[in-house]
Amino acid sequence: MDLQDRAEHKAFREEVRQFLKENKHLAPGESAFSFRMRPRNLAGEVRTWQGLLVDHGYTSRTIPKAYGGFGAEPDILKSRIIADEFFAANVIQGLGNQGISMLVPTLLEHGTEEQKQRYIRPTIRSEIVWCQGYSEPNAGSDLASLQTSGVEDGDDFIINGQKIWTSGAHIADMIFCLVRTEPDAPKHEGISYIVFPMDTPGIEVRPLQTMTGTPSFNEVFFTDVRVPQANVVGGRGNGWVVANSTLKHERGLLGDANRSLDSLLRVGKLLQNESLDGHPLMENPLFRDRFIRLQARVQAMRLHEMRMITDAGKGKGRGLGDMVVKLLGCELNHQLDGLGIDILGEIGVLYDESPMLRDGGAWQANFMFDLGLIIGGGTAQIQKNIISERGLGMPREPKVAGA
Amino acid sequence: MDFGLSEEQELIRDSFQGSLSRLAELDTVRRTAEAGAALDEDIWAELCGLGMAGLLIGEDYGGAGLGLLEAAVVAEELGRRVVPVPFVASAVMAPLAIRLGGDEDQCRAWLPAMADGSLRVGVAVSESAAGAREDAGVTAENGVLSGRALFVLDGVGAEGFVVADNAGGLHLVRADAAGLDRVGLKTIDRTRAVSELRFENTPADPLRQGEGVLRSVIDAGRVILAADSLGAGEEMLRQAVDYAGERKQFGRAIGSFQAVKHMCAEMASELQPCRALVWYGAYAMEHEPAQFSLAAAFAKSHVDEVGRFVARTATEVHGGMGFTDLMGLHYWFKRLGVNRAYLGSPERVRDEAARLQGFAA
Repeated sequence: MDLQDRAEHKAFREEVRQFLKENKHLAPGESAFSFRMRPRNLAGEVRTWQGLLVDHGYTSRTIPKAYGGFGAEPDILKSRIIADEFFAANVIQGLGNQGISMLVPTLLEHGTEEQKQRYIRPTIRSEIVWCQGYSEPNAGSDLASLQTSGVEDGDDFIINGQKIWTSGAHIADMIFCLVRTEPDAPKHEGISYIVFPMDTPGIEVRPLQTMTGTPSFNEVFFTDVRVPQANVVGGRGNGWVVANSTLKHERGLLGDANRSLDSLLRVGKLLQNESLDGHPLMENPLFRDRFIRLQARVQAMRLHEMRMITDAGKGKGRGLGDMVVKLLGCELNHQLDGLGIDILGEIGVLYDESPMLRDGGAWQANFMFDLGLIIGGGTAQIQKNIISERGLGMPREPKVAGA
Repeated sequence: MDFGLSEEQELIRDSFQGSLSRLAELDTVRRTAEAGAALDEDIWAELCGLGMAGLLIGEDYGGAGLGLLEAAVVAEELGRRVVPVPFVASAVMAPLAIRLGGDEDQCRAWLPAMADGSLRVGVAVSESAAGAREDAGVTAENGVLSGRALFVLDGVGAEGFVVADNAGGLHLVRADAAGLDRVGLKTIDRTRAVSELRFENTPADPLRQGEGVLRSVIDAGRVILAADSLGAGEEMLRQAVDYAGERKQFGRAIGSFQAVKHMCAEMASELQPCRALVWYGAYAMEHEPAQFSLAAAFAKSHVDEVGRFVARTATEVHGGMGFTDLMGLHYWFKRLGVNRAYLGSPERVRDEAARLQGFAA
């Protein structure tokens, strides 16, 4: 164990602070906390900021220079310093959207040289925004049963079918999509991972209103959509393997401990600032105990993440420790939102543009949104299957004939 | 940054794991526990041969001069095997108290014999760490102690004690001191001993420093109990997974039912991050001292909660067998129950964590 700042890291921290001092005014004005409420009206500002961060290596830090990244060696302490300093300055960090966090690592692992050259640079600069075409109305937890078909036609596939829960499809430039291209192969071996533009003829996007009141995901319909076979990533029929590597990145993103820390600190501020019968809520031992319980959990997740990153750096394979992050992190975030709401009491149920509203209504919006994240990206129950079967080696559920 | 064990620390873990798998089989543990001994002299002697008793004692006094992280690594293995030897007080808290608070004479008089395992020392700090029950409390005046100290850790077979007084001062007391009475207390956990000490003008040798040392000694004890619980919890999960893989009902292994495998997944999920919390708590003592008390509080209170969940859930996975003495799972269940109560319950420790951060007066 060695968690000390060395001279190199002290200097790096200074460098980040200096950068923030000089450039803070260029950052999109809203914090990540309320950002989720109105995700897209800041696109221009976000793009400029994102580009600046890429140039300085404060995001996409380890992406090779050849593909537009900063090309730095992995250094978890530096990543942590960046996160801490941005957080302390209340400035939003680099974006963590599906293109950057899921597609880019997948291309680095499975893409052709041409695909890497073409997509990674504009994606990390937020010049191309991606959506993920995985789930279908009849293929949710049983994702491999998906039916969207790609039929060979010369050098192309003709794609027909429907996707659902497609976050950001209404604003995305591109989609990475799972398509059944080998109908006669066993279900896990007949899928291809294909990337194509969302303005290809034959694609229709219908927004789905969510319980938060904002449309954040969509249904996407494909009618005779013509896509070159060259757009397959990782080989025909190999999409299940490629998709699983993407899901691995998504689950890391969904359990991000910095997000939990951000929530925790906000809950702490609420406890100190909000009062009941004239007394700050922090004086109430019951609320205080709930807070400290969650504080210990956040601390555990942050330290656990450091342990996992250290293990990965030493070349230890992905194991049980990584599998639990999505399950625990999403549950923790939901509990933090719930505590925030409870601290606020009746004020906590105010919404929209109501008087006395706190934080733009973000507590309720996040409470609902984070429940969505417990379900999305592989439900909590699917995570428990993965943890028990792959992590603990427990026997699999017997297959039902024909499924 | 490196958040992991060094090769040397992994070596210590492996050597204790190897020895304990041979020394502390369930039958051996059971024999000791049923005899009411709470201490297996053979295991104690072998582990002292590996340097267990002197882990935290400096090389000048015959110890290994290692840190709390190494002690936590060992504690995890002791918990995993519910080993009936004194460790938290005798090998961690008492040596630390003397190392941090003792003068040269006191160190020389006590530490060398402690390092080789020939002198076992109990620790009486429950009133400071967990709060005073009944009329417990010890006053120090003119070099003598009076009063009662409850839940003295590793007190059975001890030839000396480190005792905290009501004002936060620490004292060294020989077991044969005049006016000292020792009463054994029986708990659910027969693998370790606690006792009550009664003092009546008992001569004691005060340690040079008081308050700050007591704080560190309690924090270190909390980290070690959390490490012990982590090992015990992991072993309960392992046994539950094994059992669920073997036991068949409705024509299939019960571990293939989601109702059962999800219980195991939940245990694994809760246990996984505990290791980082324990390691950081131990690391903080030397390397991030300003964070030590809080880190120890988080480790103790969180692992206590996870320990309770795992203890009941793993037992439940075993069905009726889990409830029997034959299966022996109850040794771990009880060890976890006791670790939770000692040196501050989770509620007490979280309240301290709030105070440490200025959230409460």
